[in-house]
Amino acid sequence: MLYREAGQFKTTYEADQAMFPIAQDRIGVLVILAIALVIPLAASDFVIASIMIPFLIFALATIGLNILTGYAGQLSLGTGAFMGVGAYACYKLTTIFPDVNIVILVLISGLFSAGIGIVFGLPSLRIKGLYLAVTTLAAQFFLEWCFIRIPWLYNYNNSGAIEVPERTGFGGFVLAGPASPPITRYYVVLGIVIVMTLLVKNIIRGRIGRTWMMIRDMDIAAELIGVRPLAAKLSAFAVSSYICGVAGAMLVFFWLGAAEPSAFAITLSFQILFMAILGGLGSLIGCFFGAAFIWVLPVLLRTGLPSIGIEIGAETVEHVSRMIVGALIIFFLIVEPHGLARLWQILKEKLRVWPFPYA
Amino acid sequence: MRAPEQEAGAGETLLAVDNITLSFGGVRAIRNVSLDIRKGEIRAIIGPNGAGKTSMLNVINGFYHPQEGLISFRGAERRRMKPYEAASQGIARTFQNVALFRGMTTLDNIMAGRTLKMHRNFFWQLVHWGPAAREEVENRRKVEEIIDFLEIQAIRKTPVGRLPYGLQKRVELARALAMEPDLLLLDEPMAGMNLEEKEDMSRFILDVNQQLGTTIALIEHDISVVMDLSDRVVVLDHGEKIADGLPAEVQANQNVIEAYLGVSH
Repeated sequence: MLYREAGQFKTTYEADQAMFPIAQDRIGVLVILAIALVIPLAASDFVIASIMIPFLIFALATIGLNILTGYAGQLSLGTGAFMGVGAYACYKLTTIFPDVNIVILVLISGLFSAGIGIVFGLPSLRIKGLYLAVTTLAAQFFLEWCFIRIPWLYNYNNSGAIEVPERTGFGGFVLAGPASPPITRYYVVLGIVIVMTLLVKNIIRGRIGRTWMMIRDMDIAAELIGVRPLAAKLSAFAVSSYICGVAGAMLVFFWLGAAEPSAFAITLSFQILFMAILGGLGSLIGCFFGAAFIWVLPVLLRTGLPSIGIEIGAETVEHVSRMIVGALIIFFLIVEPHGLARLWQILKEKLRVWPFPYA
Repeated sequence: MRAPEQEAGAGETLLAVDNITLSFGGVRAIRNVSLDIRKGEIRAIIGPNGAGKTSMLNVINGFYHPQEGLISFRGAERRRMKPYEAASQGIARTFQNVALFRGMTTLDNIMAGRTLKMHRNFFWQLVHWGPAAREEVENRRKVEEIIDFLEIQAIRKTPVGRLPYGLQKRVELARALAMEPDLLLLDEPMAGMNLEEKEDMSRFILDVNQQLGTTIALIEHDISVVMDLSDRVVVLDHGEKIADGLPAEVQANQNVIEAYLGVSH
């Protein structure tokens, strides 16, 4: 009833293959976009800097991992390190080319990550599943070691961390660095995330996305249809690592402002993996659900619990919010092992025939 | 029953398998088998379980590489060919146990069969506009023709995992047809089907052969189906060829009867 496409006739295949073929979806997306655009006008700097910006960056990183694990079926535990490659590449690039717009450098730094991703993706031609995860784990530890042991990467500074220098662009806006206002960084991040999400959606609904899913679902049949496993798997690694690299560069340049190698440790890989699994493997909207659930919910709990009258100590709030989030993750995975995106899909199917139980 | 003028097999040889031997370690799955498939015919490969029928198909589409023997397709001899190369030369295949892409819809599964017909590169795919979008629609049109041909319009947008088995088999045939193959290998297309589904599938196989002119190699256990559909039959047993010829000849062959029914010693 609420979500019924009755009366929306498609007369061309173009219309049928559109990104949002149903009018309700188009309206919904426009509403979400409008909210995303006006949020900074209403929200405090805290909300923008600590909730919205990291949420978008994590969502993008989750999209990166989801391409590899959700769409191409190659399990990876090296996401954190691939994000780190993007961050360090961006840091070196902006050191070497200080006058180039930082947004362009962020986008270029993903290419380095893609290159590294291809190298560590090579074992996927022989190894599958958990065993492949172990080889990406090797990538994680090796790259983390590089971030610590190669001082050239952090310009030989004493702290061993990378610190974001001040960078301006687009007509005098301070885009990165300590003096950059959260609202500017928010719009930059929002722009990059929207554009990249749309591009990823385009790839997924085209030939290349289908070859990834073919490899994921039935690699033997895919090969007999004419998919080259080498090309399909490595392109998934490349695109996935590119996006993770961009997300990593944004993580440092538009959110943290400075990062030590430990920022890209295995915990980050797991965090992104949990976002992908909880949100729903093989779903783009699930990436946003997963990132919101795992990043935004704890922050809301931390700030929200005291404000509704539950007065407890600061560290207790931290523990309680972790417990609640942990319990909710287990609850949702029991309710729907395929993630929040599947719950959303089921809800849409129910709304389609509501108030009747079936069509 | 097919028309007699087609039974004669006037076509030239499309695929020739000469003295193939395939072994896995000590197990010899196929021993010195030769067979040919002529253009435009329906060629059945039958035999008891473990006779090497599926291994033969796997050899033909490049999944296994025989230790000895030659395979030539369209007159050109081929060596150690990869499965995707066989696919690009026009050999398509369905599987004994349905090998659909379970996470995708019927439409996407059949579109997947068009992979080799689509050439726009990564950057066109990124923007999904202009030539890339046109290519997608052109192939969609072709896919819709196949959907009409096999009468699966209603399940176009259904994820294949939710379909009943008989329809899954039909979607798999659709996916193979989307490749517009010259040679279509069907591995037990009727296994596990009820009578009605078998009749439908038989009709589709004949239609594919007659209307699209596709050459078909068929593995099937249902002897009445094989006798009705095929132009020529080859019988394998324990990896060896024991008979080859017209359905009626094969049916009367003493070796075949013994292979199927056993023989008292």
